[in-house]
Amino acid sequence: MDYAAQQIINALSFGAEYALLALGLAIVFSVMGLVNFAHGEVIAVGGYTMVAFAALVTANPLIIIVGAVAATALTSVALERVAFRPVRYADPTTGLLTAFGVSIVLQNLFLLFISPRPIAVTSLYFLDAPVMVFGVQISSLQIFESVTTVVVIIGLVLFLQRTTLGLAMRAASLDFEMVRLTGIRANRVFALAFLISGLLAGLACIFIMARRGSVDPHFGFNPVLKAFVACVVGGFGSLPGAVLGGFLLGAVEVAMLVLLPQEYGGLKDAFVFGIIALVLVWRPDGILSPAKEKGDKL
Amino acid sequence: MLDIQNLRVFHGPIEAVHGIFLSVGTGQCVALLGPNGAGKTSTISAICGIAQASGTIALEGADLAKVTVEDRIGRGIAVSPEGRRIFSNLSVEANLRIGGGIRADRDNVQADIERWFDTFPILGERRAQPGGTLSGGEQQMLAIARALMSKPKILLLDEPSLGLAPRIVAQVFQMISTLRAEGMTILLVEQNARQALQISDYGYLLNNGRIQAEGTADELGGSKDMMAKLTGLG
Repeated sequence: MDYAAQQIINALSFGAEYALLALGLAIVFSVMGLVNFAHGEVIAVGGYTMVAFAALVTANPLIIIVGAVAATALTSVALERVAFRPVRYADPTTGLLTAFGVSIVLQNLFLLFISPRPIAVTSLYFLDAPVMVFGVQISSLQIFESVTTVVVIIGLVLFLQRTTLGLAMRAASLDFEMVRLTGIRANRVFALAFLISGLLAGLACIFIMARRGSVDPHFGFNPVLKAFVACVVGGFGSLPGAVLGGFLLGAVEVAMLVLLPQEYGGLKDAFVFGIIALVLVWRPDGILSPAKEKGDKL
Repeated sequence: MLDIQNLRVFHGPIEAVHGIFLSVGTGQCVALLGPNGAGKTSTISAICGIAQASGTIALEGADLAKVTVEDRIGRGIAVSPEGRRIFSNLSVEANLRIGGGIRADRDNVQADIERWFDTFPILGERRAQPGGTLSGGEQQMLAIARALMSKPKILLLDEPSLGLAPRIVAQVFQMISTLRAEGMTILLVEQNARQALQISDYGYLLNNGRIQAEGTADELGGSKDMMAKLTGLG
């Protein structure tokens, strides 16, 4: 019983992390149709910022965390301004290649100017402490992760439903030109999408660093891959889909870890992607793919 | 209010409008008529800044050539586009809020939304429903109301009667007529020439990207042969 409860909590916390990552991709995709593969490198920037803060500024974990989130948010907005704005109205392929290019450039900057080796940051280990909840031993990190994700989702929903700019972002996912025709600035909507994406990257970065404790130039690859898979399963461009896809991916991964016999442990990812493939056979556009029609067009 | 000189509009390598002259005076309702493919929507797109164009488009004497789409709206142009383009995933109320999104007097936006719900009770009843669930006529009313939420100086209406039942078309024209009576400056693009001219001060006949005739509603309406030849609607 305890074992089952523990695994469910594992699945939820993995799912929460993937949901945060997937939302970061989905919010940009929903507004500008761009799969931002450089999202992983934004997360890595957060990791390196932690290194820099821990080494040069302070050991106070709160300041390190705030610094890292600020750095990812700024990086994300800066990338939009420098790399993605010029190709905003270009073919989607152009945007995709630009994202790959940005990702490769950033990885090589990390390699050349920082270090090809992992650098440890121990300041966040305290987040990952064992705690007993109703007789079940879990990690405090799992609680932080799940609570943060829930708060983020509630915040995002309120923002997207209550504020004019949030409404405009949802409208933009359907018909961006019409949003411009109401006078709401495209630049502002795009910058905001990247800002939110960057904030989400920063939050995800905290949890990944607390678990791994080190950052290297390829730090962002695995997270962005998980995010991408979660988005595809949930339905690309749908924010609820990203969340659902994230939690589903977390659940399937933990289920495979638990159910597969020891000697097949190495095949975990194969089974996970096999199940994902089956889901896509059932729903080729993802489970909650957004509606594409543009009103009553004649 | 709006002065257009020698306007050419391009879609890639194709020139859709070949140098037209057009003007809309303050408080006027001007009809831009013509068949499918005449260049009417291209002209509207050029005025909004979403189509590549050459020539002069001036609003209140100021050239708009270097003004972005968003700033043109900010300067007082509003458009109810062809096909209405309601944000079908957002509620009726949210559609109106986005329409008023650029206004500085945020406090009055909600009051204006309520005013529209009083004018069109059907929209009020459905304020929380997604815009996509409205009928074509209701969507057209919403599109016009959304455009007016920005408190524009000039309203561009692109084919507001398209695809609507005759009874609904009459309602839409009634609404435009009321707006005109309230002093709104309107550029009305229509295929439905006769009804459009009835509520317009002046009209232009556009065909194959050129102005074929212009004049007051009476002058144009009187020359039935030309109207029939150009628009097939007599």
